[in-house]
Amino acid sequence: MTDAVAQPSAVANAAPDTMAWDSRARRVMMIYLPLSCFVLILLFPFYWMAVTAFKPNAELLNYKAHNPFWITSPTLAHIKHLLFDTAYPRWLKTTMFVAIGSTTLSLFASTLAAYAIERLRFRGSPYVGLGIYLAYLVPPSILFIPLATVVVQFGLFDSPLALILVYPTFLVPFCTWLLIGYFKSIPYELEECALVDGATRLQILRRITLPLAVPGLISAGIFSFTLSWNEFIYALAFIQSGANKTVPVAILTELVTGDVYQWGALMAGSLLGSLPVAIFYSLFVDYYVSSLTGAVKE
Amino acid sequence: MSVTTLPSSALTQRQQSWLVRLFDYKPFLIVMCLAPAIGLLTVFLTYPLGLGIWLAFTDTTIGRRGVFVGLENFQYLLSDPLWWNAVFYSVFYTAVATFGKFALGFWLALLLNNHFPFKSLLRAIVLLPWIVPTVLSALAFWWIYDPQFSIISYLLVDVLHWRTSNIDFLGTPWPARFSLIAANIWRGIPFVAISLLAGLQTISPSLYEAAMLDGASASQRFRYITFPMMMPILAIVMTFSIIFTFTDFQLVYAITRGGPVNSTHLLATLAFQRGIAGGELGEGAAIAVSMIPFLVFATLFSYFGLARRKWQQGEAND
Repeated sequence: MTDAVAQPSAVANAAPDTMAWDSRARRVMMIYLPLSCFVLILLFPFYWMAVTAFKPNAELLNYKAHNPFWITSPTLAHIKHLLFDTAYPRWLKTTMFVAIGSTTLSLFASTLAAYAIERLRFRGSPYVGLGIYLAYLVPPSILFIPLATVVVQFGLFDSPLALILVYPTFLVPFCTWLLIGYFKSIPYELEECALVDGATRLQILRRITLPLAVPGLISAGIFSFTLSWNEFIYALAFIQSGANKTVPVAILTELVTGDVYQWGALMAGSLLGSLPVAIFYSLFVDYYVSSLTGAVKE
Repeated sequence: MSVTTLPSSALTQRQQSWLVRLFDYKPFLIVMCLAPAIGLLTVFLTYPLGLGIWLAFTDTTIGRRGVFVGLENFQYLLSDPLWWNAVFYSVFYTAVATFGKFALGFWLALLLNNHFPFKSLLRAIVLLPWIVPTVLSALAFWWIYDPQFSIISYLLVDVLHWRTSNIDFLGTPWPARFSLIAANIWRGIPFVAISLLAGLQTISPSLYEAAMLDGASASQRFRYITFPMMMPILAIVMTFSIIFTFTDFQLVYAITRGGPVNSTHLLATLAFQRGIAGGELGEGAAIAVSMIPFLVFATLFSYFGLARRKWQQGEAND
């Protein structure tokens, strides 16, 4: 691929301020042009989603008379159809319930686990940490068939509760890993002081470690929320009835009907389904990027 | 460690109820703290993993407990052209998509490592494809790949006049395969770029300064500083990327469901089709289990392959 070959010249600009000979035109060619291409391509599907969602059907299927890149007479018909003629609000509610439930559960479990591994050091604690981390490498595609039988055994088939219990399998390893890194950055001396003052372990966790770890908890929470909002394969395999489906599954299985696709409604549904995570993420984007990069640096 | 001295001092200092004392007893506390996480992972991860391997050796179907049939499922798979097809496409999909993601993601990371206005905003925007639900962006791609109303076809045919007919993205095997790979690369670039950017920022600028004083060219600086310094992070990110690309399910299921004529089935979608939709749990589990050797091999290859290169690099420099 020629793109890969072009990298070295971009590196020249990576060293800040040392490239005095770096002309403005060169900078535009080497950085701004490729960068704008990247942004354009990475964002285009979202733009296309949004444009389609607000386009009347007549414009949607006639590129000759209307420029497809723009909307001449925007309409809310697709969104109205989605909110009032389908079970979309209900799917949103289910997804929200599942995402919040599994996030809470995994934050609880992984905070305690990370605290035990990082702060209550015991023999073999690094191995327990490694074991939990390895669990993250087991992909859901391998697990969904046996998990489906387990869910049936527990009598949880077709219930959102099954998803709340199953999602922690991929949330807990990640959150634990992230929080171990975070707990490491909190000075141990603070806990020692509290121990000397006679605080119990649980008091220390509640009054000292957790308040200091709030940024870490927030980023673990965002990760969990977005991951469980986006989860697909378990939700597809374990939920059967239309009413209990989560948004990603429901759009694909309930809205795609027949041979003529309702592209306007489909894209409106995708847009609305993406908004909660996008908003949630934009509120905490700094935590998110720093924890992502921090976790990788570990 | 002062930790060990503590419980006794706490005991003597105050009269506490037995419950508080129990929770301050370290072994008990450790067990209590680990119990939720380990419990959840054991019941919903370790047990199903074992159960899946067991199911692969039985003829279980939905609603009927199977009996042990030995290697029968695997023998059947080996003679099944659809399984071989899925193996081929899974490997092809992983190889091409991983290469694309890393080439473009590395490039994007290098670009983002420059100084320009609105840098943090741009970084946030770039992550969007990774944040939104894959199925929903896959639907957008499905619409972009529409045979009749594809916007790409419109651009090429009506705006640029490069082609005379619409591209049939998903109707024939090879275009469909590459369309899915393109969607996967689009989705994967942000994660690779942001992770590698984190790695780039840990490289000390003084290394570049020293190299420049020694007269190293831009390409030499990339080859002898940036690339070797990035090796450890590349190894980790690539391991993750390979595992999750190989076991990908959502994109293919949402866009083609394995079609046309089963040409774009990945092992995961084939397992779903046979195991859940078709009800043959045993066979589906066997397909899922057949992914494990590939995953182990890919992980070892990417992890040790790259890590060893790093080690050799260090050896050569000493």
